[in-house]
Amino acid sequence: MRAVDVIDVTRVFDSKGKKVIALDGINLSINKGEILGLLGSNGAGKTTLIKILATLLLPTSGSSYVYGYDVVKDAKSVRRIINLVSGGETPGYGLLSVKENLWFFSQLYGLRSSDAREIIDTLIHDMELEQYRDTRVHKLSTGYKQRLNLARGFINDPMLLLLDEPTLGLDVINARHIRTYIKRWVRDDPSRSILLTTHYLAEAEEVCDKIAIIYRGKIIAYESPDALKRSLTDSNVVEIKLVNASKDIDSILSRHEIVYEILNGTDDMMHHYINNNSSNSNSNGVHGDNGVRIRLVVDDESMIPSIVESLVSKGLKVSSVSKSTPTLEDVYVRYIKRYEE
Amino acid sequence: MSFSDDLLLNIKTIYARAYVRMKGLTREPHWSIAEVTIPLLSLSAYVYLYITLGAYEYMAFVIVGGAMLAFWSNVLWGMSAQLYWEKDTGMLQHYMLAPASRMAILIGMAVGGMINTTIRSLSILAIGTLLFPVSYALNDPVALLLVFLLTVIALYGMGMLFASLFLLYGREASHIADLLQEPIYLLSGIYYPVIGSNIFPNAVKVVASIIPLTLGIDAIRLILIMGKGIGDVTLHVTALALLAVALLVVARVVLRKMEDVSKRQGRLLLRWQ
Repeated sequence: MRAVDVIDVTRVFDSKGKKVIALDGINLSINKGEILGLLGSNGAGKTTLIKILATLLLPTSGSSYVYGYDVVKDAKSVRRIINLVSGGETPGYGLLSVKENLWFFSQLYGLRSSDAREIIDTLIHDMELEQYRDTRVHKLSTGYKQRLNLARGFINDPMLLLLDEPTLGLDVINARHIRTYIKRWVRDDPSRSILLTTHYLAEAEEVCDKIAIIYRGKIIAYESPDALKRSLTDSNVVEIKLVNASKDIDSILSRHEIVYEILNGTDDMMHHYINNNSSNSNSNGVHGDNGVRIRLVVDDESMIPSIVESLVSKGLKVSSVSKSTPTLEDVYVRYIKRYEE
Repeated sequence: MSFSDDLLLNIKTIYARAYVRMKGLTREPHWSIAEVTIPLLSLSAYVYLYITLGAYEYMAFVIVGGAMLAFWSNVLWGMSAQLYWEKDTGMLQHYMLAPASRMAILIGMAVGGMINTTIRSLSILAIGTLLFPVSYALNDPVALLLVFLLTVIALYGMGMLFASLFLLYGREASHIADLLQEPIYLLSGIYYPVIGSNIFPNAVKVVASIIPLTLGIDAIRLILIMGKGIGDVTLHVTALALLAVALLVVARVVLRKMEDVSKRQGRLLLRWQ
């Protein structure tokens, strides 16, 4: 028995008389002990799938099973063994303290008082919330609210944890704490599993055993991160370093049939993706004082000299051109581009 | 999972949800002060009106009505709109994720609301009695307790029914609650007797009797002010008991239906609708 089986699930919403297909015949499974990362742009269908698995939404057609329980017919049994944590959601009642809120949630799962006390103490310790144990929730910072939220997600010791962008808006320290904790949680008991959605691809690469890319309600890739990266070997990932920067880089690169990404010379966190076919592509001017790095994914290596030439012809100084190992971000952009075409 | 496990889960849920409400009372006492003071000001106006008219016998009627009004306000805004507010604050998702029965959550809200409002209501009654020269003639305290409990259960049953409707209809239901407020004040006889008087025609009295508040206030006045016993309010007690059972059953059915429809339409957790 697998942790999750999603079979031909479709979900159609009716929006002002128009049918919107949020999920289009999705098939997916998660093995026990596995962390599956579900990647996709806003509106791709990630949260819809999570809500169906969490029994919060009914599918239009298809079936889903969590540890063998049908999410529609055995919703109550499913609810006992799952929990859901979403980024930026309310972690509880603001007037209650951290400890009181956790006790409150423990009662919604029928925990005995002694068990609840023990679990709450452990979670408060694990989430490093000791100093805020008796603090009212409305006084907590965003990071600590999300830690409490995560603690709530573990209150019933779920078999399947659904994490919908759990590190959304968190600083590096809080996000790292959460990533470390969820990895350890699955490692400690291999019968557990996690479905994680995130926009941070580095996070998915670090945490997930498998990645599914969802695009307009369809799963377009479903492999381990390594296998996905290997799938890019027919393409070439090239990194071009520029000494100087120019606002024209976007317009120069967009003339070529390539997927490219412009990175600040020193700070990878400021990167952005640009797809030359994308109608909403934009440049936010990441052209730092310390130079610029451009990552290109090209199908044909022979395109590289002409790209370099067009950059140089506009007065840009190229310091190096090197082949690069594909990242999950390269894979993601490549897949999305392929399906947009 | 066995029946007893299920029962225990739902009892724990009821207690936990009621606890949140009661904690709210102690953590934000200024709300309680406002909720006692404002009805006292309203009923004072009516008491002075009756004093001016020389109708002193109605002063106690007003104070009892004012005390019971606290329940109607709580049912309308603290109970009916609660699931809608929980949705807007994001708490509804946590409830819907849990295996506890949705009715247990609503009953927990109702129990917490009843306890808090009983404290406020008794405060209004006590302060009103101290402020104005009123007298009571209570001969059957058991009947008073029975009528009070049945009234409150029926009222909160109505609140649970409204809460279920609010779950799906959100703001539209909120507008209906707004519209209901004043007609209920008028029909239920908060500041004057309805059932035993000739103010309204019989047809209106029958309609008014569907509102548990009307029957409850009338029966409580008969027992507390007029010195009547259980034998004099049998009809009230029967009607209130039937209303209590019917409203709870209908609330349960409607809640299930609304949850199912919301999940089908994808509106269960949709905020600001």
